[in-house]
Formats: sequence, structure tokens, C-alpha cells
Amino acid sequence: MTATDPAKAVSRPVPVPLDPSISPPGTRNFRDAGGIPADRWHADQNGETLVPTHCCFCGVQCGMYLRVDKGGKVFGVEPRNHDINRMRLCPKGINAYQQVNHPDRLTAPLMRRSRDEEFRECSWDEALDFTVSEIRRIQQAHGNDAFGLLGGASLFSEKTYLVGKFARVALKTKHVDYNGRLCMVSAAGANKLAFGIDRAGNPFSDILLSDCLLIAGSNVGECFPVMTQYLWGARDRGASLIVIDPRETAIARTADIHVALKPGTDSAFFNAVLHVVIAEGLTDEAYLAAHTTGWDAVKAIVQEYPPARSAEICGVPAAQIVQVARVFAGADKAMAWHARGIEHHSQGVENCLSVINLCVATGHIGKPGAGYGTITGQGNGQGGREHGQKSDLLPGGRSITNPEHRRQICAIWGIEESELPGAGTSMMEMVWQMQRREIRGLIGICNNPFVSLPNYAVVKDGYDTAEFHAQFDFFLSETAANAHVVFPVTTWAEDEGVMANAEARVVKHNKAQEPPAGVRTDTWVICELARRLGAGDHFDFPGSREVFEELRVASAGTVNDYYGITYERLDETGGIAWPCPTTEHPGTPRLFEDGRTYHPDGKIHMQVVEWHPPMDAYTEEFPLSLTTGRTVAHFLSGNQTRRLGALVEQTPRPWVEVHPSHGFRTGDPVRVVTRRGSEVFPALVTEAIRPDTVFIPYHWPVPTAANALTIDALDPRSKIPEYKVCAARIEAAERIDEVPAPPVPPGREAYPEAQVSRTDPLPPTSPQGRGTAERS
Amino acid sequence: MMGRTIFIDPGRCIGCQACVSACRECDSHRGKSMIHLDYTEPGMSVASLPTVCMHCEDPVAPCAEVCPADAILVTADGVVQQADTTRCIGCGNCVNACPFGVPKIDLQAKLQMKCNLCYDRTAYGLAPMCATVCPTGALFYGTLEELQAERPGVQVADSFVFGDVMVSTGVAMVVPADKVQWPVPGGLPVVEINGVDVR
Repeated sequence: MTATDPAKAVSRPVPVPLDPSISPPGTRNFRDAGGIPADRWHADQNGETLVPTHCCFCGVQCGMYLRVDKGGKVFGVEPRNHDINRMRLCPKGINAYQQVNHPDRLTAPLMRRSRDEEFRECSWDEALDFTVSEIRRIQQAHGNDAFGLLGGASLFSEKTYLVGKFARVALKTKHVDYNGRLCMVSAAGANKLAFGIDRAGNPFSDILLSDCLLIAGSNVGECFPVMTQYLWGARDRGASLIVIDPRETAIARTADIHVALKPGTDSAFFNAVLHVVIAEGLTDEAYLAAHTTGWDAVKAIVQEYPPARSAEICGVPAAQIVQVARVFAGADKAMAWHARGIEHHSQGVENCLSVINLCVATGHIGKPGAGYGTITGQGNGQGGREHGQKSDLLPGGRSITNPEHRRQICAIWGIEESELPGAGTSMMEMVWQMQRREIRGLIGICNNPFVSLPNYAVVKDGYDTAEFHAQFDFFLSETAANAHVVFPVTTWAEDEGVMANAEARVVKHNKAQEPPAGVRTDTWVICELARRLGAGDHFDFPGSREVFEELRVASAGTVNDYYGITYERLDETGGIAWPCPTTEHPGTPRLFEDGRTYHPDGKIHMQVVEWHPPMDAYTEEFPLSLTTGRTVAHFLSGNQTRRLGALVEQTPRPWVEVHPSHGFRTGDPVRVVTRRGSEVFPALVTEAIRPDTVFIPYHWPVPTAANALTIDALDPRSKIPEYKVCAARIEAAERIDEVPAPPVPPGREAYPEAQVSRTDPLPPTSPQGRGTAERS
Repeated sequence: MMGRTIFIDPGRCIGCQACVSACRECDSHRGKSMIHLDYTEPGMSVASLPTVCMHCEDPVAPCAEVCPADAILVTADGVVQQADTTRCIGCGNCVNACPFGVPKIDLQAKLQMKCNLCYDRTAYGLAPMCATVCPTGALFYGTLEELQAERPGVQVADSFVFGDVMVSTGVAMVVPADKVQWPVPGGLPVVEINGVDVR
């Protein structure tokens, strides 16, 4: 395929050429982070093409154009009037293009036979042969399940489908999981239990129709900035806004009601809200009688959560609980949106179920402007688990333990059912298994557990114990730096494929440029490994398009039905929400409009939720709650965004947010201690956080990693780690831990623009840790 | 207020700095951001506010009035241009004259840094980059009628009082509804020195 498809490219008005002779001194040598040529600002734009695509980062999946020069290279971004984002972009989206031709890109496979050696560049054949020989050695000695595969939710759905198929058909292992396990699986589990379908109930556009918006555990302004336009749009119409968050975030600041509850107490809060709703006669009994099961049991349990009791548990006024109940239940149309704040808990599924119970009991479900949604952290957090990358799922969201589902998939894949492995374990559990030498070899694709998994010491130990570790990435991540083999693969701009955003709207990313020499697509590498493992017949995929055709067929007839979605339709429509069973079907943006769910009985199965304390107990030694989250300039483990100068400059380092009552001043070195370890951060003293809570953003590696401190306790059902609460204490320290530079391939120096302010001892200047924009 | 202009709504600002990144991407700014973000209550709340050139109309652009090199031009439609780099002598008068504290001087580059309303985009009917991307609409580009169509009941101010001087601007500020009836106060309070009113 050509770098840009003229039929899909959009012409751009030709601007007045800038006269280089009037370039101000000093700007000609400006070198933008991301390897933009020195004269990038004077690029000849006459031959420029705009390639329509989407942002590679969060689950909003904003439409954007990548600017491609005459030479076929991506060199900029232009806002796109896609109906998800209507031109809007956040700073991550604006700067995303800079990673495509970044000088830190891996352009040749890296290899070493042991971790004592340095990496050396090698040929693709050598890297692939070594990987295959290690897979064979480990599996022959210890069984097929001694080798594992960890995928990622930033991959296109085609690639996540391939990861699941490769694990089961080529590696023949049950151990496959993905980093979406760290994202929204609690919500997925809750939605499946209640509704029989794993996705948000409403599209973003329904927010504009709502009269009351409840945002629980979501720092929308920083994590999903473009979604705020929907919230403000609703507020322009008079909708009220309720925000549940221990911090006064940008959204909470302007909410009608901000409930600053103690981390880890969400289900106690929502049970009490439902208690009040029932007590005040605000339930929709007709809806409950016609469309639900389990309501009596839920009603009985919430009687045990009167506002006074929950107020004590949550550390908020009881009157606020009553107020939330009246505003939410009293609204004509109300919606609840939640994110990691309530999902990253050892009771994450329960938390989400308690929100669902509230929506259902008040009849706010399945209508324009009324319903629920979970805001996906990763670009393909939704689509990434739909087609078999998750340890317990087969394509189409089928269960790997359901005999009928197994038969269906084996027929499509052309293998015997006896050859299909059973359910594996979750991402964190696989690390524990590596520690116990139950898993001895691992391939990681598009993930960076050294920063993103909790309890870093355990993660490092697990990976160090593994006999063989290969990693796919386009930058040398902290995790890839620990591997034996690193495969250099494409960015999102160098391949085509689909992602499903937080609305379950499938959108298509288009290829904007050819990959750099030496770089291959993940699809090519997976298929090549499969061929060398003797399973090539099952992996005859020249590209994403062919994989998508098989994925469509494999999903046909399931709840996650993609059969009616084609690349051509996606190009025409800008996105289609699944289920979409036929090529004439318009897709399903809103669920349950007819009152039926995806359970066989068509009912909503309401679930009893009981609150229990977080796993890490508070003691005199550890009296505070440590909670973690994102900052607007960085994405997940920061492997991508910590290399882009503008984003590094915006937020160069992590900090610890503390309440003034602790006696620190902004900038003071503060040691944060948990039962896992301790690290020193600059204090950001602010009244925008609870006195009993401290906050650290998690995008950085040790020794400035929030996840060196967080606990690796898991929700028993979703297996999501409890990132959002652990017991901690803070104390004065001597000096602040410095942020290490991102790893780079051998023979290269860290890119200087990514080092801006890295050792700057100054603390962040705002309550959210952003540096000043004006540095002159 | 000029016809099509930027409206700033501080109540909607989430401090994400998408405007700052977008400004750097605008071809006419060559990698420098001409917009900056202020935090109004550090240590108290996350409140923030994007600051762009207000494109003063009356009196006509104090920065241009005081420029000894006539480097700052005002277009017929009211856009106060950046200092012409072939004329700018880097004296910093514009920095001192601006009542809103907008222009900055990069002495090394001999470059005045100030929003020029993305003339390379607006000339083609596109909105300035900052207002195009602003995820929340804290920066809105269009006419007052377009703003009011999108946000019923919104009220704006384009007059600001600095001591005895009232400055009317091309760029307007969204204000709480009960504040629009009188100009928005700005600048320093009037002071007495040794009992003498120094106004």
C-alpha cells in the first residue's frame, strides 16, 4: 500500500509561503523533540497530504489528520472534524506525531544471550531464530504452559486477535493476557454480570442530552480532556454535575456536588446513596419489576448502609450522600460515567456494580441521556479484550471454558478442540508465576510492566527469574531494556487497523507513512514466529485487512458481533458501534433501548454489593491513603510521552500531592513509605486533596515510580490490581529522587529534548504539577 | 470587539495546555508557544487560565503605540501583529506597556513573542490552533452570536479598567452573568504616597 491513499487524503489550503529570510535568529536551529528537521517550520507544504486517522492514546480516540510531506514522512498534526472530538485535541494528541520519526526509535532487532551481556543489533533472522529456539527449549523441558504471552490494549484489534490466536495455536499455551487487565476489567466484569455485555451503555453524545452527570473516580480533565466538551455541553443546557473523587480535580472544581471520599470506600458510598433513594421513594419500581432480577436482595443489603454509617466509612458528610441521591434520582435523565478511580481496587467489580445498581434502581438506563459508561484508559482498552487476548476469552468475547464456544472457534481456526488450551491467569499472576518458575519464558507486546504493574520489586524479580524474555516495541521501554530480544515494530501511523473506543465505537486508523528501514509490523513478526514454530498455515496474513476479515467471521453471532463492520464502512461512516451483525446494520450506539439485556432472560441481573476495607490495613505506622493516577501530559507508563520534549517540559517529573495540614511547603523533599518500599518526591502542597490522602502520578520508573509503592493485591473476579489505595506514611527527607532518562538503543545518546528539566529541583508549580508554559 | 475573535472562558479551563502545544504547532509560530497558562490559586485549587494577546482596540494596542521602531502593526480587522522581526530592536517597551502582561521578549532570538491570532490560519477561514483544539471550549473562536448559539445565556466582557483607563479589546472574556454590566477591573489598586493621591 502506498504511504497515503489519495482517495482518502484531504487537500489543504495552500498557505502563504514563509520567507526564510525573515526567520528570526535562533529559530532556524530549533530542533523539535521528535527529530523534526531544523527547517521543519519552513517545510514546503505545497505537497503536503493529510491522512485521516485517530489518536494513538486514550479511549476517546479523537479523530486527527497526520500531516505527511512530499517525501512520505509524517511531520505534523492537524485537527479533524470527526464527530467524536469535533476538532478538539489534548496535548498528548497534538504531540503524538512526534514519536513517529523520533530519534529514539528502534530500527533493528536487539539481542543478547544473557542479561549480563550488552544488547547488540542483529538481523531479523537471528532474532527470530533465537526466540524460536528458546521457546522450543523451554516448552520441551517444562511443557507448553511454561511460556507466556502478554499483549497490550494499545494494539489494533487485529493484532490483539492475532496475539490470542498465536498463544493458543502456535505457542499452544494457556498463558496469554494483556495490559488492559490493568485498565477497565472491573467495569467489564460488572457489566457482564449485570447486563451480559461488556461495554458502555451509551455513546458520548448522550451526555449532551442528560440532566445529571455523575462522574465517579475519573479525572476527566486530565485523563480524557476531550470528553469534557460533552460535560460542559450538558452543563450549558442546565445539567447538574456530581463528581466523586478524593481530589479536587479540574472537573470536580466546577461540579455542583464534589464528594471527596476516602479512597477505597466507593461501594459504601453508592450503597448509601441507593439507601436514600429507596427511603425517599425515588426508585423506578415499574422498570425494576419488568426488567430486573435480584432487586429484593440488593434492596435488603443497602438497608445496612444508612447515610450516617457510610458517611463515617467514606469520610464525607451524610448530608452530601442525601443530596447526591436526590439530585441523581430526581433528574429526568441521569448518567453515570466511571473510570479507574473506582475500578482499580480489590473490590473494583463491586464498586462498578454499586453504580449500576443505582442507575438501574432509578430507571436511568437505556434511554437517550440516561445510562452508564466506563471511560477507557487505553486506546483499545475496549477492543483489546474482545477478540481473545484476555486469558479467559476467545474471539467474539466467547468463554474459553464454554465447550460450545470452544468448538465454534476451533472450527474457524481449523484445530482440534483437544489442542485448544484452557483458561490462563492474569497479568499480575503471570509475574508471580515467573517468580515461582512456573512460567520460564515470556513474550511481551506493547506493554511496559516495569512501570505499569504494582509492587515493582516483585515485577523485577519475576522478569529477572524468567529464562527468556522477548519484547515488541518501537522504543526501548524499561521492560524491553530487561529483555533478551527486542523486536522493533511499527507505530500506529505505519499500519492500518481498528480500535474500539470507550463507546464501543469501532474506528479505523489509516497508514500515514512507511515504517523506517528495519522495522516490521507486529502482524508480520507474529506470523513469522508462527511460521518458524510450524504453525504457518494458520497465520497466512499479509496484513491487518486479512486479519480483520477472519476476525469479523470469528465474531459473527456473538454478543461482540463485528461481522457487519468492514474497513470500507468505517472509512465512510467514521465509526460503527458493535454489535453490528450485518453489513446493512447501522451498529448499536445505545444499548437496552427495548429494555432487554444480553442475558438469555433479557433481564438486568442486579448484584448484591457489600463494602470491605482495602487490602492494605491502616495502622499507626501507615495512617494515610496513597492513591495514584495520571497527569494530562503523559500516557500510561510514559514510554512514549516521556520522550517528547513538549510533554516532558509540561510535566517533567512526578511529585507527591499533600494537604497543608502535614506541615510541608511546596518543593520540600518528602519520603513516601509503604509496606513495599519508599521513594522521595517533591511536595506539592494543596488544599485540593483530603488530609488523610496523598497522591503520586505513576508514569515514571524507579526510583520515582508510584508503582514501587503500590500493592499487588487483586480484585478476586477481575484480577485488577488495587492501584488506587494503599496504606502509607510521609516524612521529611534530605533530597529528591531524580527521574532517570528513558532507555535508548545501544550506541545512542538520550535525546536531549526529552531531558528538559529532568534534574530541575524545582517542584511543579500548580496543584496538578504542571510546569509553567512560558519558559523564556 | 472584532467580529470573529477568541473568547476566553476561565471557568472551563482544565489547565491541560493543549493550547500551548497547539500554538507551537502553528506554522507561523515556528515552534514557540505564544500562549501561556496562569494558575490563579496555586496551592488552593486547580483553577487555571489561558492568556492570549487581547488585541486591544481602544486605545489602539498600547504595545504598538509605545513601539519606538514601529515594528508592531495593527491590521484593518483589528489583529495586533507580532513585532516585525526586521524592525524589532528588542527594547521591551511592548512588555512594559501591555496592561495584560502578554508579550514576552526572547532576547537571544531578538523575538517578541505574542499571539497574532494565527493569521496564517484565519486568513483561510480556519480557527487559530489554540481555539481549534481546546478540549473544553475554554478558548472559543467565532462571533459572539456563534458563541451564544452554542452556550445560551453566556455573557462576555471586552472592557477592562486599569485605574482611570478603560481598555476595550478585540478578544473577549466570558464572565459570570451578573458581572458583565460593568467593566472587569484589572491592574493594581490606586495607592497614596505620603497621604497624596498619586493618580
